[in-house]
Amino acid sequence: MIEVRGLTKRYGEKVAVSNLSFGIEPGKVTGFLGPNGAGKTTTMRLILGLDYADAGTVTVDGKQYHDLAYPMREVGALLDAKAVHGGRSAYSHLLCLAQTNNLPTSRVGEVLDLVGLSDVARKRSKGFSLGMSQRLGIAATMLGDPQVLMFDEPVNGLDPEGILWIRNLMKALAAEGRTVFVSSHLMSEMEHTADHLIVIGRGKLIADCTMAEFIARSSGAAVRVLAVAAKGGTATVDSDGSLLVRGMAADMVGDIAFEQGIRLHELTLLRASLEEAYMEVTADSVEYHAEARTGAAPIGSGV
Amino acid sequence: MATTTAPGSAPALRLSALPPATGRAGLGGAIRSEFTKLRSVRSTYWTIGALFVVSVGIAAIAGFGIASNLHNNPWNKAGTDAAQASLIAFFELGQLIIAVLGALVITSEYSTGMIRTSLTAMPRRGVVYAAKLIVFGGVALVVSLVTSFISFFVGQAAMSGSGVSASLFHSVTIPRGVNMSPPPGGPNSNLPPVYHFIGTITISPGTVLTAIIGSALFVTAVALIAFGLGAIIRHTAGAITSVIGLMFVVPIIVQVALPDTWRWDIMRFFPDAAGRVLSVTTGQTAEHLWSAWPQFGVTLIYAAVLVGVGGYLFRKRDA
Repeated sequence: MIEVRGLTKRYGEKVAVSNLSFGIEPGKVTGFLGPNGAGKTTTMRLILGLDYADAGTVTVDGKQYHDLAYPMREVGALLDAKAVHGGRSAYSHLLCLAQTNNLPTSRVGEVLDLVGLSDVARKRSKGFSLGMSQRLGIAATMLGDPQVLMFDEPVNGLDPEGILWIRNLMKALAAEGRTVFVSSHLMSEMEHTADHLIVIGRGKLIADCTMAEFIARSSGAAVRVLAVAAKGGTATVDSDGSLLVRGMAADMVGDIAFEQGIRLHELTLLRASLEEAYMEVTADSVEYHAEARTGAAPIGSGV
Repeated sequence: MATTTAPGSAPALRLSALPPATGRAGLGGAIRSEFTKLRSVRSTYWTIGALFVVSVGIAAIAGFGIASNLHNNPWNKAGTDAAQASLIAFFELGQLIIAVLGALVITSEYSTGMIRTSLTAMPRRGVVYAAKLIVFGGVALVVSLVTSFISFFVGQAAMSGSGVSASLFHSVTIPRGVNMSPPPGGPNSNLPPVYHFIGTITISPGTVLTAIIGSALFVTAVALIAFGLGAIIRHTAGAITSVIGLMFVVPIIVQVALPDTWRWDIMRFFPDAAGRVLSVTTGQTAEHLWSAWPQFGVTLIYAAVLVGVGGYLFRKRDA
């Protein structure tokens, strides 16, 4: 459980994160979305105490990060897979981390097995591919068997097999009741992985809701009706002769067709992709860099 | 490279249960971690190896050189500081080599990004910094003491039989000065000059031991100066350049640029002066410097201030 309250961070003149509040619940994968420079990494650094907030608080299980008795037993975080000393072997890297939290040495071998790096445990990590580095970073997060896991752009630069592996890992971790918080700007990937979404733009919260809710709110949602005259809603005729109805639920379209005695051959609910929903919602944040986003009520921010 | 996990398969989260947590992560674990870090990178072995080879190697070469010189020119025995001759490479060059390691202990964390991983594992930064200081300071002290003693013994062995070699086990008496007359038989004579020694200097084992240990303490203090500068600057090349500037360049500039009348009064406030005083066994210290231990105190103050400022910034700045 991560609680972020009124978090603000400036780097010189630039406001990286502005009065950000949200909560991350256990048992699901929470996606953290936003354009490049939106403040995702900064927020994660603030959660971990790597950077100091100018205002606001972050707690993990009710405590500030640096007050956790054994941080690695409570939080596993992977911000940058290349943030290791390349001259150190995978084994030594994990050992020096385990020792800080008094974790048993035997744990190092276990997590190396878990991520499939046992064969290269004694190799220096500067020779690792990005995929292997990601696995090493994930091994480090699992050393303390933490209930909270944070990953910053974990699939960046990975091959399809690596992406699938990380996707399944995050789902498995959430299924065990752990808190999984993962940032990405790859929408198609998030759509496969996340249950809940936190969307930020230019340091501010844009949306905090379930994946389904976020997509449903997109105007891309429509009902596809074949051979029916529309009543209400906005209807357009598609290239294949079908009728596209916006602004009306599928059951309404069906009811109208029935009342009118119109025979329907196909009634299909079209959902917007996460990508479409995201592009619509973050358009302002990306497009108008100089203009503050004022009064934009966060979607579903019930926290 | 091949990994043992089948493509895309859901990883088995079968990790054994951890022992129950008691207390909190503290200095003990941080010290073990920092020691693992130090001994698991090659730069540690390269720098310590270079320190040893340069210090002991030059001590041996200097020893043979002095022995050869005294064999041909025996009047040069007067005032020869054999112990210092064996230690000079260690404290003049060795200080820079171990300074590289001192800087790297901190700066390599920043250049590789490891600092973010380290501080995520152990967010209490004061504990991390203290652990680094204790581990590196301890290693630097042990390595310096070992190198200092071996440089001394190898250097003295190289000059054995020359009549000046110092000892840790008995006092050695050497001539203090010499009176030279031109060789008999005119200016082109092949005969050696006529000389006779004036006075004696007795070098006790205690004096020699002080020079050996004092040199090691001086080199350790310089290593800590580099450590502190590393924490302040967070950049390897910048930190090493600063150490060279502080220990070599600034003192030379002062020596060259300032008038004779007061440059020596300034020199004693620089951290490099102690090395030259601590290693002396013949009692012939530079007139305007303080005696060995007060002069070493100056070096220690530099080390303490830089390590302290480094620690303050390590805690205060964003990682």
